[in-house]
Amino acid sequence: MNLIIGIILFLSLAVVFLLFRSTEILSVAKKKIATSFEDSNNSFNAISGVVFMFLSFAVIFWYSYDQFENYFLPMASKHAPEVELLFWVTMAVTFTVFIITQVVMFYFGYRYRYKKERKAYFYPENHKLEIVWTVIPAIVLVGLIGWGLVKWNNIMGPPPKDAVVIEIMGYQFAWASRYPGPDNELGDANYKLIDVDNIVGIDFTDSSSLDDFMPREIHIPKGKPVLFKIKARDVIHSVYLPYMRSQMNAVPGMPTQMWFIPTKTTAEMREETGNENFNFEIVCNKICGRAHFSMKHTVIVEEEWEYIKWKNEQKSWIEKNPDYYANFVKNNSTDVAVLND
Amino acid sequence: MEITKTSTKPKVQEHDHHDDHHDQSFITKYIFSEDHKMIAKQFLITGIFWAIVGGAMSSLFRIQLGFPDMDLTALSPIIGNWLTPQGKIDPEVYLALITMHGTIMVFFVLTAGLSGTFSNFLIPLQIGARDMASGFMNMLSYWFFFLSSIVMFVSIFVEGGPASGGWTIYPPLSALPQAVSGSGMGMTLWLVSMALFIVSALLGSLNYITTVINLRTEGMTFFRMPLTIWAFLVTAILGVLSFPVLLSAALLLIMDRSFGTSFYLSDIYIAGEALSNQGGSAILFQHLFWFLGHPEVYIVILPSLGITSEIIATCSRKPIFGYRAMVYSIFGIGVLSFVVWAHHMFISGMNPFLGSVFTILTLIIAVPSAVKAFNYIATLWRGNIVFTPAMLFSIGLVSFFISGGLTGLFLGNSVVDINLHDTYFVVAHFHIVMGSASFFGLFAGVYHWFPKMFGRMMNRTLGYFHFWVTFIGAYLVFFPLHYIGIAGFPRRYYSFTNFETGRIESFIDLNTFVSFAAIITFIAQFVFLFNFFYSMYRGRKAPKNPWNSNTIEWTTPREPGHGNWPGAIPKVERWPYDYSKPGSDKDYIPQHIPLSKTPESNMPEDSSR
Ligand code: HEM
Ligand SMILES: [Cu+2]
Ligand SMILES: [Cu+2]
Repeated sequence: MNLIIGIILFLSLAVVFLLFRSTEILSVAKKKIATSFEDSNNSFNAISGVVFMFLSFAVIFWYSYDQFENYFLPMASKHAPEVELLFWVTMAVTFTVFIITQVVMFYFGYRYRYKKERKAYFYPENHKLEIVWTVIPAIVLVGLIGWGLVKWNNIMGPPPKDAVVIEIMGYQFAWASRYPGPDNELGDANYKLIDVDNIVGIDFTDSSSLDDFMPREIHIPKGKPVLFKIKARDVIHSVYLPYMRSQMNAVPGMPTQMWFIPTKTTAEMREETGNENFNFEIVCNKICGRAHFSMKHTVIVEEEWEYIKWKNEQKSWIEKNPDYYANFVKNNSTDVAVLND
Repeated sequence: MEITKTSTKPKVQEHDHHDDHHDQSFITKYIFSEDHKMIAKQFLITGIFWAIVGGAMSSLFRIQLGFPDMDLTALSPIIGNWLTPQGKIDPEVYLALITMHGTIMVFFVLTAGLSGTFSNFLIPLQIGARDMASGFMNMLSYWFFFLSSIVMFVSIFVEGGPASGGWTIYPPLSALPQAVSGSGMGMTLWLVSMALFIVSALLGSLNYITTVINLRTEGMTFFRMPLTIWAFLVTAILGVLSFPVLLSAALLLIMDRSFGTSFYLSDIYIAGEALSNQGGSAILFQHLFWFLGHPEVYIVILPSLGITSEIIATCSRKPIFGYRAMVYSIFGIGVLSFVVWAHHMFISGMNPFLGSVFTILTLIIAVPSAVKAFNYIATLWRGNIVFTPAMLFSIGLVSFFISGGLTGLFLGNSVVDINLHDTYFVVAHFHIVMGSASFFGLFAGVYHWFPKMFGRMMNRTLGYFHFWVTFIGAYLVFFPLHYIGIAGFPRRYYSFTNFETGRIESFIDLNTFVSFAAIITFIAQFVFLFNFFYSMYRGRKAPKNPWNSNTIEWTTPREPGHGNWPGAIPKVERWPYDYSKPGSDKDYIPQHIPLSKTPESNMPEDSSR
């Protein structure tokens, strides 16, 4: 292997060097002044530009068409198709401009390549033309922005009142989630209370924290708005759900949030993708250290009744960690809230 | 615009006899030189050194991405302690490599290497000055850059490795050595190096601005300056206004790291310990950083745009189309670049209303950029195009500027950015519009002004070879990354083997292909290096004005000495774009030829140019 690479390298070097020597010697022999514009390569370069352009268009079209399924992810939230529509309209606009400008540019290069007998056309300006191509992009942009902002405000705006609230905390290098429990209220948390067991620092002096539970995997119901309250405890991370087209950074010291309405259950996605191991995953999308690349967390989307069933089966955190709670009560006996039943 | 008389007259005389005493010592001539041409070459050579380092690093991490199972033990004599026992790159080393790669490319190559070389070289020569306003400050600017380079280079080898929080060094990651080992000594050196770098950039920029404003030769009004000079001027202004903000961001970070303050830190529990810092804001750093960061991308691209404007006009044998529009769009871009910074932060958690504002501002900046692209193409129309290597690279730049600029419309629209932010789509976007385009401007400039720098010609055929391999190569490397990004693959990932179940396979082949292309493209750059160094000593001697160009640097001797013109500085009589003027029998009329000598081709508009 190494030998082959070595030989290839050596051969290409040799070719380049020969190319160089021969042209250098040739040009000296022909006594060409070093700058003559009549360069036999001029047409070669002009034509190569056009050829290169058409080849790349062919490859781009082929790949974009052939691999569509591979790079276009199924959409699994209510706003995903709206975002994608704008994405693809932008794609249509930009791709058209891309094709036109590149074609025109390389065509001009070919059409107007140097000829000794021709003189270029002295054409320093044309105000009308310039105004046209300032105003048209401006109008198109206003359209794209206006559309984008309407969607942006919907997606980033306040979540519906009945949203399912879940706290997500990123830490090196995993995610934790906390549900409010039957009282539908997340208890307080304080980073100073964090330790090996209580990884998010739940504050048990707040009575609404007593029924909070922290599952291994996040479950959310299809068709219901879901609100993630996002935190980080060490460095910045980012909650990214590619199939939902949702993303929000997790910042230490500054709670953030994002919400969306899932539209496909995990089971449905498994069917759609033909992959029975498919799972939605929160992937970390902000550089956060050594294991950034493997920081992820499974999210299970299920029908609402399945979700309710699952939720009712969950044991609260203190039920799972009775000793920890007992200890906490002992150490904070004065102001601990008591389970009042 | 009427001619503004500049105050260079006394200076001109004082310098007139300057090039009689050429007997400088080696040290004052080559090392502590105050001559702008020598300083330009120093920047260029240092920039080339850094480009090799940065490029080699990218090949290394492209190997990791393209051939994740490859055993690199064979490389251990060079990179021994960066490898795991299995012969793979360590994940933290990967992060360190991309951080250094990004820092090196953006700051050391495309800011210092590009502006440092061409602003220094071309400003005095093209505006008709003997040298920079302050040769001494100019020399200091290089040596601060040199010091900064040394510190950055040393940081690669310190215990714990170099900075590894990405070139954007967001705290808390960059503030806490507990978070990643590169945030220890490596980060300290990164900050020191950048502080020195900023000093260098400021010294340089202030000099460029002063020189352009004060030292223009007689007749060189603002609107007779070549577009290169406009671009360098605006670049320098951007630098002066934005680099101090980076410095302040860095200083606050230093305070947080070493003196227990809490500017950026709040509510942190790390390595089994709750830190006492409270009340800081991690987002504050991002605002400060991008207040520099966005103008910085224009600091990187504007000089290249200036260079290509000049080359495209010269090699199409036509005036640049819409000279004034070009000037105004350079200014427009410059001003707007200060009010778009938060488009890098749409999903950072800042108020969504701010997101809306920055979306609007961001897409406005697309307009002057589009104008520039259209004007380039209009310049080609009905030209008489000579494809010198410099011209090829300029056309390549326009191609990249369009391709990469268009993807900016996706990222700048906040709602579309939600899904694209920090994915490979971004990597594709900025490598094309900023990386490739600026690099092409750099190459174009070197090929075009090499004869003036070294008095010799570079070999053309190798230039063509270099262009085609690099042009095709760059597209092959960076275009496919769009697909990977649309598919939601995050950037700064060491490996995708752990990425979402069932998606590992989707781009394995494509990644391998990209890595192949990247390594071949990198190796092809050595053809350029060979051509560069060989031609420096053995190239064919250059004629005085090899490209039949109008600008006045071509009126200097083949190898201009100290003071640039042996006699008086030529007086400028017209704008720089009188190519193929109707009536004239030559297809160019240099700037120092008075209108009175060309009655056959004069036009009514000439008086206003
Ligand atoms: C030799 C050709 C190059 C190759 C193959 C290359 C490849 C890459 C890749 C694959 C990454 C992303 C790594 C990751 O996110 O995991 C990257 C990052 C980056 N590159 Fe390049 N690159 C090249 C040249 C350049 C140039 C010319 C620039 C100048 C602007 C540049 C600037 C950057 C920056 C700013 C980053 C981001 C670093 C970070 O994430 O902090 N690169 N490069
Ligand atoms: Cu993370
Ligand atoms: Cu920006």
